[in-house]
Order: sequence, then structure tokens, then C-alpha cells
Amino acid sequence: MTGASSIPWLARHEFRLAWRDWWSMLTAGKRHRTRIVLIAMAAFAAFMHLIAFAIVAKFAEIAPDADRGTLVVITGCALLAWSLMMSQAMEAVTRAFYARSDFDLILSSPVAARRVFAVRIAALAVSTVVMALMLSAPFINVLIWRGGLRWLSAYGVVIAVGAAAAALSVALTVALFRTIGPKRTRLAAQIVAAIVGATFVIGLQVAAILSYGSLIPMTFLQSEAFIAMVPAIDSIAWWPARAMLGDMNALAAVALAGFGLLAAAIALFSARFGEHAVAAAGVSNAGVLQRRRTPHFRNASARTVLRRKEWTLLRRDPWLASQTLMQLLYLLPPALLLWQSFGHSNDDLVLLVPVLVMAAGQLSGGLAWLAISGEDAPDLVATAPVPARWIVRAKIEAVVASVAMVFAPFVLILALVAPRDALAAAAGVAIATVSSTMIQLWFRTQAKRKHFRRRQTSSRFATFAEALSSIAWAATAGLAAAGRWQAAITAALALGILATARAISPQRKDEAA
Amino acid sequence: MSHPRSAAALDIRGLAKSFSRPAVDGLDLTVRPGEFYSLLGPNGAGKTTTLRMVAGLLRPDAGSISIFGVDALADPVAAKRIMAWVSDEPMIYDKLTPYEYLEFVAGLWGIDAATAQRRADDLIGWLGLGPHAHERCEGFSKGMRQKVALAGALVHDPRLIILDEPLTGLDAGSARQVKTVLRERVANGDTVIMTTHILEVAERMADRIGVIAGGRLIAQGTLAELRIKAGRGDDSLEDTFLALVADEAQAA
Repeated sequence: MTGASSIPWLARHEFRLAWRDWWSMLTAGKRHRTRIVLIAMAAFAAFMHLIAFAIVAKFAEIAPDADRGTLVVITGCALLAWSLMMSQAMEAVTRAFYARSDFDLILSSPVAARRVFAVRIAALAVSTVVMALMLSAPFINVLIWRGGLRWLSAYGVVIAVGAAAAALSVALTVALFRTIGPKRTRLAAQIVAAIVGATFVIGLQVAAILSYGSLIPMTFLQSEAFIAMVPAIDSIAWWPARAMLGDMNALAAVALAGFGLLAAAIALFSARFGEHAVAAAGVSNAGVLQRRRTPHFRNASARTVLRRKEWTLLRRDPWLASQTLMQLLYLLPPALLLWQSFGHSNDDLVLLVPVLVMAAGQLSGGLAWLAISGEDAPDLVATAPVPARWIVRAKIEAVVASVAMVFAPFVLILALVAPRDALAAAAGVAIATVSSTMIQLWFRTQAKRKHFRRRQTSSRFATFAEALSSIAWAATAGLAAAGRWQAAITAALALGILATARAISPQRKDEAA
Repeated sequence: MSHPRSAAALDIRGLAKSFSRPAVDGLDLTVRPGEFYSLLGPNGAGKTTTLRMVAGLLRPDAGSISIFGVDALADPVAAKRIMAWVSDEPMIYDKLTPYEYLEFVAGLWGIDAATAQRRADDLIGWLGLGPHAHERCEGFSKGMRQKVALAGALVHDPRLIILDEPLTGLDAGSARQVKTVLRERVANGDTVIMTTHILEVAERMADRIGVIAGGRLIAQGTLAELRIKAGRGDDSLEDTFLALVADEAQAA
């Protein structure tokens, strides 16, 4: 074996690519932003530590011999983290199969594909773990500061859980490949990843709604009825929780299980990874027959054909549709709460308002990117004899109509149960939709629709502005529905976010007339 | 809206555009109605930038552009109505079929549905797209995609067709179909402006050839006129072109 094809050499190559990708994502590819990014990261880390302090500082004194109620809550948090890591890892594995990237080079080289993909699976696990560590570090650091070094073991649990999540996601994606084939796996894996990521939270919310008529997951997790059902205190089910609390034996067992699963996944699947990648490459070459008879052209205005085109493209691309509509999974619990509360009053219904507004803001952001930036034939549209403002207006209409179609049923049913909440929700949905769409319009770029996932890296500011605006409008609508005067403050905040986004959005000097 | 047939198909005066350096530098160019005009030039000479400004995809820093008498900068919508643009990278929608794509383009140009359908049927037939007319474009080869894009450019019956390297990556059969369709359009009185690096195509198809270097038009005319200007006797267009560009580089 030469040094140039050894596993350490391949690993170095893999990590160099991952590092540059990650750094480029943070700096948007501009080297001079390094200092700004470092300062922003430090500020963000400090902010996260403050939030973590407010949330977990009071739990720092919990001892390893905690009662079942405490172990349930800690295990619930670990399961939530695991489900999110699993979802992220599944998306990464799917992306590795379908984004061609350097596969042609790798598979045509004389290096054993098994070795290359073993390194690639390990790299997937590392990226999953690193992301989880970054998100959990503020919470663990606060626990260490307030409760002592025994909380360092929580880092070990995060790493072990991340390794297990990566291993299981590889196994699940490969299983999908083998059972339903490469053509359907891309979409199915996408949906499964979203469901895995959302199931735990949604499941708890559904249980809380059905048991207590509440949308708050912890209501169910901390209920006496549930605690009475969980395993005995000496069960191995509590090992991850005990490991987090500083039990070294439990930590060793959890680490062994996590790394054992990852090693098994690498050993079992690295050899077949290349074959699946080759199979995935053939998917796009298969033609899709739309309809055999010659369609009859219909007379329509330019705005109508533009709107129709947007809807047709979205309808025919289930992968893209799933990317945007998966956010709506979180609307299932509110829908259940609405259904359960229909016919009698429920104070918890006011909680639906911010959920609906937040979801509308996020959905419209995704759809607006597809319609405005993800135009696959920008030259064609720009050379059409139609004023540019008409084109933009038609695209915005397509986005707004799509969002209205999704949220109108919720608002209408809510109006029958709680008219004031419905009014706040309707106004919030409309304003959040327009805000997210405007942000996408101000930060529009030229991109292919298939690069939808990269939209969040093309402009970090647009991504943050869209998220913050949705959060601020959700808070405003929620507070307004509850009759709180603080709604005025959050509304002012939302307007400030929009004004800032508008002020620093890129100028389009060469925009076509 | 009608415009006098006597006006130049394209009349460019003092066109300029700079990015980090001047890409087009005071360019003057006139293309006559019913002419097949081929624009040649080395990489980075300013051909594509020039044509993108004509198509309304870039705003010039200075100069004027007139298309059949319509001021393309003052009234871009009127100019776009009589013009079509085809780039080297066919920009079509993967999830639409060729028929659906043509219906969309016809809708953008406001073409009556019955007329658009008749033209679409003709174009689909002429370009040999019939067997794939109802398949989504996502599985199409580069050549087929380029033919769909060309059909889109022709479905609204433009008087001026601008093509930027339309034959790049096409196989011999597809290239011949595209060239045949373009020649037929010129025979019917339409005007075609095409950039190409395949000098043989320019030599065979173009009525006149323009050579751009450093953002300026350094020579134009028939092949015979270019040979005289370059002092190259009976040389091929390739030799003539290289001589003209070398002279310009030397002068600069």
C-alpha cells in the first residue's frame, strides 16, 4: 500500500474537503470575512451559553442516582438529540449517494472503493458528531461549571449517540436502496429523515394532546401516569442518562455500543456503497412520459403562464416538494389539537397561532427561493417581452397562493372555534409570508432548483433574517391573540429585522430591464 | 406594433460594458435584415457580453442598441417581442415536456394558442423531437435540450434570432438539424446572429462575418473581404481569423 492511497491519506483528503466546505459556508467563500465570522461565532457561543444557563443551570446538581422522573426527562432529551442527529445523518448519506461530486474520479481510480467509502462513512459520522457537539456544548459547559467535572461524560454520550445515529442512518438508507431501488430512495430517504427527526417531538405532543389537551411535550413526559409505565430504575434503558450524570460504567457501555455500531456499519456497508452510488447515478437518465396525446395549448396571460409553470414544476418534483412540505409535519399536532378541541373552548388553542405563523414564514421562504432564485431558465424569462416587475409579481403570487392553500383550512377551522385566534393567525400568516418572500426577493441569486439545499449557504444573512422574521411575527401573532401589549414590541422587532435586511441586501446593478 | 423593414435588424453604436476591466469597448455593429451574421473572436473578446446586452440580459454602461428601429434600451419590451435568445447552455425546465415548454414560451410572448400549437407541431417535427415530445426534459441529452431551447426561441416567430455558441456539444446529426432550421429562417427573411468557435460553420453559413477582439469590432465583411483585409489570399477562414486577431494583438 502506498502512502497516497492509505486510509490516513484518504481521511486527510476527506477532512480537508469537509473543513473547507464548512468554512466556505460560514464565510460565504470570502476570505476577508474570517475575522467577522470568528467574532460572530464567539458572540453566538456567548449568547447560547446564556440561554443554556437559563435552561439547565438548575439541573447541575442532579446526582447519578437520580429518580425515574429525572431519568425520564434526561433520556427524553437524549432521544430528541439522537432523532435529530439520525435525521441529519440520513440526509448526509442520501446526499453522498446522489450528489455526484467526486464519485466518478473515485470509482475510476485504482484505489479500493471499499477503503474510500469506509473513510467516507467515518467522515459522515464525524460531521454528525461535530454538529451535535457544537449545539450541545453550551449546555454541557454550563452543567460542568455549575455541577462539576463529572458532567464531562455528557460529551462522551453525545459522541457515542452521534456515532450510533450515523451507523443506523447508513444502515437504513442502504436498506431503502435494496428494498425500493435507487429511483425511489432519494425521495423516501428524504421523507424518512424528516419523519425520524420530527417523530419524537410530534409523538410527545400528540401524547400530551390526547392525554392532557396540551401542546407542550413535557406535560406528558413528566406526568405520573407515564413515569409509572417506564422501566425499573436499574434497567439498561437508563444507561445513557446515567452516563450523562457521570456514571463511568454506563458511559463505557454507551460508548462501546455507539462505536461498535459504527464499526459494524463501516465493515458491512463500505463495500456496497460504491455500487449504490453507481445505481443512483443512473436515475436521472430515465425518461418520464408525461402524457401521450398532444396537449391543447391554452390562451393565457404571461402572469398566468408563469404562475402555472411554478405550480407545475413544484408538483412534479416530489423531492423539492418534500423539502419544503416536511416543515409542515410540525402542523400535525396543532391539527390534532384543533380537531380535539372542536366544539368546545380550549385555552391552549392560542398556542396554535405562533406555530401556524412560524410554519407559514418558513414554508414561504422555501417556496419563494424556488420561484425567484431557483429559476432554471433565467435567460428565457428575462428575454420575454414582459416587464420585469410583472415576472416578479407573478412569482410572488404563485408563492402566496401556495401558502394560502396550505394554511387556509387551519385558519378557517380555527375561526369556528376561536375567532380572535383565527384573526391573529390569518394576519400573522399573511405578514410572515410576505416578509419571507420579500427577504428572498431582496437576496435573490441565480441558482438551479436542484441546489435548493444550498440556499441557506448562499446568503447566511438572508437565512437568519428569514428565520428571525418568522419567529418575530410568530411571537407577535401569539401575543396579539393572547391580548398582550408586548405584541407591539415584537412587531417593531420584526419590522426592524426587515428594514435591516432591506438595507444590506445586494444591489443589482446589472439587472435586466 | 410594426416597424419599417428597411431599418437595420441590429444597429449598435458606441456600446461599452466594463466589469473589472472593459469587456466591450465602444463597439459599433450593424446587421442587415435577412442576413446570417456570424460573430467570431477569441475567448474573452466580448462576444457573449455584447449579445447579452442586445438581448436585454445586461445593461450597457454606454452606447445604443436598436433592433429593427426599436430602441432596445428605452423600450426593451418592444425589442424583446421581435427577438429570440439562445445561449450555449440550454436553459429549459427539466420537469416540463417539450410541448409544455413551448406552450409556456408562447404564453410569455403572448402568442395565440392555436397559432402557437401549430408552430410547436412544426418545430417538434423539423427538429426531430417527435418521439420525445411528451417526455419530461430531465433525461434529455445536451443535443436534445439544445433543440428544445431552439424550438422555444422560434415558437414566437422572432425577426431577429441571436444564438451564442448553439452548436457546442451537439453531435453531427443534431448540428445539421439546427443549421438547416436556421438557414430556412434566413431564407424566409429573418435575421440570425450567431457566435461560434467552429469557424467552418461560420465559413459555410454566414453571409457576413464580424471579428471581435478586446471588446471592439476589428473586422467585418464577407469571407472574401476579410481575406483581403488580412492580406491572406485564398487562405481558410481559420488562417484569416488568426491573422486578424494576431494583428490586433500586435497593434494593442
